[in-house]
Amino acid sequence: MVGSASASPRGEDTFPKILMQNAKVFGSRTAVREKDYGIWQSRTWSEVCEEIRAFSIGLKSLGLSAGDKVAIVGANRPRLYWAMVACQALGAVPVPVYSDSVAEEMAYVLGHAEVKFAVVEDQEQVDKLLSMSDEVPSLTDVIYDEPRGLRDYDHTHLHDYAGLQDKGRDLLAKDASLSDKWEEGFAGGKGSDIAVMLYTSGTTGRPKGVMLSFDNLVISARNGNAFDHLNETEEVLAYLPMAWIGDHVFSLAQAFTAGYCVNCPESMDTIDTDRLEIAPTYFFAPPRVFENMLTQIMVRMEDAGKTKRAIFDYFMGVARAVGEKILNGEQVSMKDRLLYRLGDFCVYGPLKNRMGLTRMKVGYTAGEAIGPEIFQFYRSLGLNLKQLYGQTEASVYITLQPDGEIFGDTVGKPAPDVELKIEENGEVMYRSPGVFVGYFKNDEATAKTKTPDGWVHTGDAGIIADNGHLKIIDRAKDVGKLNSGSLFAPKYIENKLKFFPNIKEVVAFGHERDMAAVFINIDLTAVGSWAERNNVNYASYQELAANPDVYAMIESHVDQVNRDLSQEPMMAGAQIKRFLILHKELDADDGELTRTQKVRRSFIAERYAPLIDALYDGSTSKHVRTEVTFEDGRKGAIEATVEIRDMNAYDAGKGIQEAAE
Amino acid sequence: MNAFVTDKTLSPASGADAAEREELLRVDNVSLSFGGVKAITDISFDILKGEIRAIIGPNGAGKTSMLNVINGFYHPQEGTITWQGKARRKMKPYEAASNGIARTFQNVALFKGMTTLDNIMSGRSLKMHRNFFWQVLWRGPAENEEIEHRRKVEDIIDFLEIQAIRKTPVGRLPYGLQKRVELGRALAMEPDLLLLDEPMAGMNLEEKEDMSRFILDVNQEFGTTIALIEHDMGVVMDLSDRVVVLDYGKKIADGPPEEVQASQAVIDAYLGVSH
Repeated sequence: MVGSASASPRGEDTFPKILMQNAKVFGSRTAVREKDYGIWQSRTWSEVCEEIRAFSIGLKSLGLSAGDKVAIVGANRPRLYWAMVACQALGAVPVPVYSDSVAEEMAYVLGHAEVKFAVVEDQEQVDKLLSMSDEVPSLTDVIYDEPRGLRDYDHTHLHDYAGLQDKGRDLLAKDASLSDKWEEGFAGGKGSDIAVMLYTSGTTGRPKGVMLSFDNLVISARNGNAFDHLNETEEVLAYLPMAWIGDHVFSLAQAFTAGYCVNCPESMDTIDTDRLEIAPTYFFAPPRVFENMLTQIMVRMEDAGKTKRAIFDYFMGVARAVGEKILNGEQVSMKDRLLYRLGDFCVYGPLKNRMGLTRMKVGYTAGEAIGPEIFQFYRSLGLNLKQLYGQTEASVYITLQPDGEIFGDTVGKPAPDVELKIEENGEVMYRSPGVFVGYFKNDEATAKTKTPDGWVHTGDAGIIADNGHLKIIDRAKDVGKLNSGSLFAPKYIENKLKFFPNIKEVVAFGHERDMAAVFINIDLTAVGSWAERNNVNYASYQELAANPDVYAMIESHVDQVNRDLSQEPMMAGAQIKRFLILHKELDADDGELTRTQKVRRSFIAERYAPLIDALYDGSTSKHVRTEVTFEDGRKGAIEATVEIRDMNAYDAGKGIQEAAE
Repeated sequence: MNAFVTDKTLSPASGADAAEREELLRVDNVSLSFGGVKAITDISFDILKGEIRAIIGPNGAGKTSMLNVINGFYHPQEGTITWQGKARRKMKPYEAASNGIARTFQNVALFKGMTTLDNIMSGRSLKMHRNFFWQVLWRGPAENEEIEHRRKVEDIIDFLEIQAIRKTPVGRLPYGLQKRVELGRALAMEPDLLLLDEPMAGMNLEEKEDMSRFILDVNQEFGTTIALIEHDMGVVMDLSDRVVVLDYGKKIADGPPEEVQASQAVIDAYLGVSH
């Protein structure tokens, strides 16, 4: 336990207690930074402690008491993180909610959680909560961080965050013993108390409220810190939804237990610049973020001059050949090492700097499988990017890739204190100190997911390889078979296609069908840039997607994937026989993606049933009409005639020869 | 019903208590012609402190000319303009600007090669007090002054939520954002009266909603009086406290939105009857 030794040799078992300890030990170290008015504004641990105390006492004066639930809605703002600990200090349970979810979704979660208070970011969220007051009868008071536009609202049950803190400060000034009383209030808190309730985004059905105890979070966080030797000197960027377990653990639990600094970006649109300025040492991102960064680089390189492109291509070749080996500490010839150094100076260094990853000690990606090519790209640059496999129900960590044992197709070994086993049907199961207490008000679902002796069903199919690493194939229920009996792993095919910068999203079909076929979403940034360079006019996504040249381009990508698939004995049978480019982008507002941007397969299958039929009935085009939801909640419809193309399959193992012809 | 009461009382800006408000600008019997073309004929109206005043009318009705008269770009042949209680003599646009009248333009008029930040900073130039010498030297007082101005500008950037484009040359921005930057530059002058010439022209629905929100916020948070020309009737009716309607250079209606909407003269002007 080297990494966290400096931060947590003590036995503090709840976040309020850890906060008091950090204020003592790290008093003058920066705990939080937020970019505001163009400047990074810092707060030390002792200042944070004061802020949280004032707010907590303010909340108490409003009548918040132990056991109450408090919704936290908004983007990553320090004040919202503080609010969570302020609630915990009173024994109340914070419930962070996805702030961009539509009113109906949010109303369900808040109603189900029976929240009493809500701490929200701004007017937009206040309006949203006001509109759902009938569905959430338990809600009595709303506290907002950003007062703009709210001046003329009725303030009997609406409070300004700063105002409430001032009230807390006044009370503290009047009564000297109040601060001690406040500390006594949580001194008796136990690690087994519920720390937070996180609603899972739910690929299927209604979201479920996962109850996590302080023990779950604190022990998992300390294990995570120790595993990667994280200490109080780390810098992280808090930019992922606060309602997501990953952010909760990385930006709160691990930050508190290790004592490191959390940086909140200025706005959701400035994350790239902010990351560049902060250069986090510990960085977490879902595969999509890494994909986007890579796409942007590739798009820009295509616009670069010939010389630059030649240098880039040459050194990327060097990196592909030896970069990972150097990172893993393997044997590499002197010449290659020197070349790699030179490449680092000319290409990799500047690239890492652009991405804000120069100081990255360790980076993780999880959430879904990352395309092996994308993963290798970052590792070959010398970035210690690793995969982990986790779940809300496990307080994130199930398996992690240890340094030096990175295999693109596995998600690593069991995290510290985690036991792993594979069920007979191939489903992965685990047991750990991070295993959740239960689903809130849903014992039936709890019983289905968690066995009485503490094992949890992940819902993922996987195998444990000879080297002890876990390999996830797909969602247990998604892996299927073609009618020919060949294995059909949709995500595997999708990820292969998604590596192409021109392709943003893919949905593959094939289970219990004669052949594999895919829907494709083009990437508007990449294809748009191509269109600009080639003088192709287009007014909308729909028009660009239907362009014959775009079709030809995508066809060549699909062909390439088929060639790759033909090389893999297990997958050769599932080559893509037909594809189409969807006439609209898949969107979370239309329910096609989850809030964490994962494809909702069954929903899409239902919504685009006519298109799927067309894929399999041999027709070459199909007219469709699709209802869409605009950002303001209005509905509309778009119509299009979608073209469907046939593809050639390669004989297993012969792809390379044909490619060479 | 739950304990969380949901009424939000909007600011008392509607016509009912307009009478109690102080007059900021008054236009009396103004006529403007270019040679034989009469752009504005005998128009009188007032703008009260703190209100949002819309000027509407069909194409060519004289709306933009009216704004140009107010900010001193055109000089009317007849009539008087009373600004903050004082009848105004002939005035240059920059004098109007230093007197607290700011405006945005129908066609975006920004410095395309400059960044968003610099464009908005340029709106502060009238408020820079250090002379050329100090500006060149930059150290010391001029530097402090610049920091002070930058602080104000950052407030506006935060207010308009354009942090992400702070350092982007405005020529590269989409139209809707350029409009927002232009509003930012006008706000940087901390005007008493803000003239907006079709702030939502060419915007999509989402951009219009954002812009409406900003206009309301500017009015409420900064207390800035706003006179705006706009063709989107939905926007005009929702935003403005009082509306003046022009047609062929003449005023045909003046009052709260509901009243104007119901006026037969206005309906005729928009639907077209023979003149």
